[in-house]
Amino acid sequence: MSAAAPVLLLAIGNESRGDDALGPLLLRRVGEWLEDKGLTGEVELIEEFQLQIEHTLDLKGRELVLFIDAGKDTPIPYAFYRAAIKRLDGHTTHAVAPETLLGVYAMVHDAAPPPAFILCVAGSVFELGEPLSAAAELNLQQACDFACRLLERPLLAAWQSQTQDSVSLA
Amino acid sequence: MSNLETAEHPEKLRRVAIDPVSRVEGHGKVTILLDDDNKVHQVRLHIVEFRGFEKFIQGRPYWEVPVMVQRLCGICPVSHHIAASKAMDMMLGAEHLTPAAEKNRRLMHYGQIMQSHALHFFHLCSPDLLFGFDSEVARRNIVGVAAESPDIARQGVLLRKFGQEVIRMTAGKRIHGTGAVPGGVNKALTREERDTLLADVYQMIAWSRDAVHLVRRLFEQNLEQYNAFGRFRAHQLSLVRADGAMDLYHGGLRARSMDGDILFDHFDYRHYWDVIFEDVKSWSYMKFPFLRSLGPEQGWYRVGPLARVTNCDFIPTPLADKERREFMAFDDGRAAGATLGFHWARMIEMLHAVECIKDLLHDDDIMGDDLMVTGERGGRGVGVIEAPRGTLIHHYRVDENDLVVRANLIVSTTHNNQAMNEAVRQVAIQYLDGNEITEGLLNHIEVAIRAFDPCLSCATHALGKMPMEVELLDAAGEVVSRLVKSADGAVTA
Repeated sequence: MSAAAPVLLLAIGNESRGDDALGPLLLRRVGEWLEDKGLTGEVELIEEFQLQIEHTLDLKGRELVLFIDAGKDTPIPYAFYRAAIKRLDGHTTHAVAPETLLGVYAMVHDAAPPPAFILCVAGSVFELGEPLSAAAELNLQQACDFACRLLERPLLAAWQSQTQDSVSLA
Repeated sequence: MSNLETAEHPEKLRRVAIDPVSRVEGHGKVTILLDDDNKVHQVRLHIVEFRGFEKFIQGRPYWEVPVMVQRLCGICPVSHHIAASKAMDMMLGAEHLTPAAEKNRRLMHYGQIMQSHALHFFHLCSPDLLFGFDSEVARRNIVGVAAESPDIARQGVLLRKFGQEVIRMTAGKRIHGTGAVPGGVNKALTREERDTLLADVYQMIAWSRDAVHLVRRLFEQNLEQYNAFGRFRAHQLSLVRADGAMDLYHGGLRARSMDGDILFDHFDYRHYWDVIFEDVKSWSYMKFPFLRSLGPEQGWYRVGPLARVTNCDFIPTPLADKERREFMAFDDGRAAGATLGFHWARMIEMLHAVECIKDLLHDDDIMGDDLMVTGERGGRGVGVIEAPRGTLIHHYRVDENDLVVRANLIVSTTHNNQAMNEAVRQVAIQYLDGNEITEGLLNHIEVAIRAFDPCLSCATHALGKMPMEVELLDAAGEVVSRLVKSADGAVTA
């Protein structure tokens, strides 16, 4: 088995539910950018409907992980922050939050998870059959530009420095 | 049917709402109307989101449907993919698929059964079962399981991952797979893929057997509670093979009465509407299917693992069939009628699915290159499979321009609608009547619902979209208390 790419981008969303498509769409745009830059070997892109605990296996061997998702009530155009390791104390495991996935990683693999960040793009419409909203399209482009800037310097310190006032950087 | 569906004077009663039901795939809402003495007067399981998927696919070309329907559900997209493909086989007149095509579809389907059952048992239900229904909420989740039983949590992760790998290899991708197409499949398993799966399949069988035995031990340790919890009598419906064997991919419809009598057998599902009809009720978006011959009041039934394991004559893989016989005989057959028997039956099915995967991996047809057939084009297609949660019906009409003009989907959870309501009512009678409402007591309701593994509507999950809301209303209908709990556990008033 080949070694895991050092950087993992894991996007979550359902394209048939309006702005829930933000994650997959952003991932594809970033994928095109990586191809143009000849960086595809450095970054693995995974798209899913939702996170579940077997995704801890996808985190193994990474140096940096970026979760990309749509968010309701997220600051426009997006939020970018470090994912803290969290023990699940909520009522649902219907879908696992990125922070909880890191907590599961620590328990299942008996090791610290790789450093992980969340890029949450603001959305407002999530109904079945709805297209991406015009507002979300604007947010998507800004978030995509930001993600590409992150990937130009895939270093923990560089990403960490972007977590402060990330919205104003866009 | 119990008499708690509609209270005589609901305007005088206090209302407790659990919204949404936690650890169920999608959103649901339970309302319990109580009087001033906390006596249960009315219990209903509401489905609060209208799916509208049938409308969504009208006007689409028929060959797109098997891929599009996967957007319906983030937990069981493969089931919709295969049921739609079977319906479109009929549309194309592809009555008998090639061996390579059918076996690759079966492999995909068994991968789906396995990963879905593993998710449900290890991630959703094992916390309830291992820690008890009244245990503190912070422990009652998979992380709690991981903390106390790391091996079980690890096995759950790896079983689910294996099932997902089977799906990826047969469907072509992790999600939005295109493996099944009208008339067959567009890829067969490669030798390398087969060898990769073979390397792990025996470990998966061993872990699946362990899971069956774990549920058995839990029954033995809590016999009285497990047998009585949410217990009710129901008719059963499932597909069975021509010889009466369990067959999760194809067969005829068999309905068995609550007394064990066969109501109909090997019924051709292409005419399912002759034996099944859907009722509507003013208080729920979800329909209530029933057996036509018995009518809406008496004809409701149960589907899913418990129905399938008890409805078939045998399971055609040796380890699962041995477990089935022990399950049916356990405690003079009482576990086979218990709501929590769903969990035991589900693990027997997971074992069966992994045994089937092993057999298919040893069959060279799985790597064949004759993948497609066609026949005489028709205007209607019906596809039925036994999905993880129960019988799944896809029904389409396509016009002369190849566009879908009508679609009807009866999903497993819809079949179980009345049965879930019955289970909730029984639990409410058993555990809530005359007691103060506590989180532990409310969780008993949720435990009963979770036994069915319902999928109420999902495939959306955006951050911040899964709150749990609890409202308490007094006899005058005023909200006296309200709490919202977000998916990360934060509670706000």
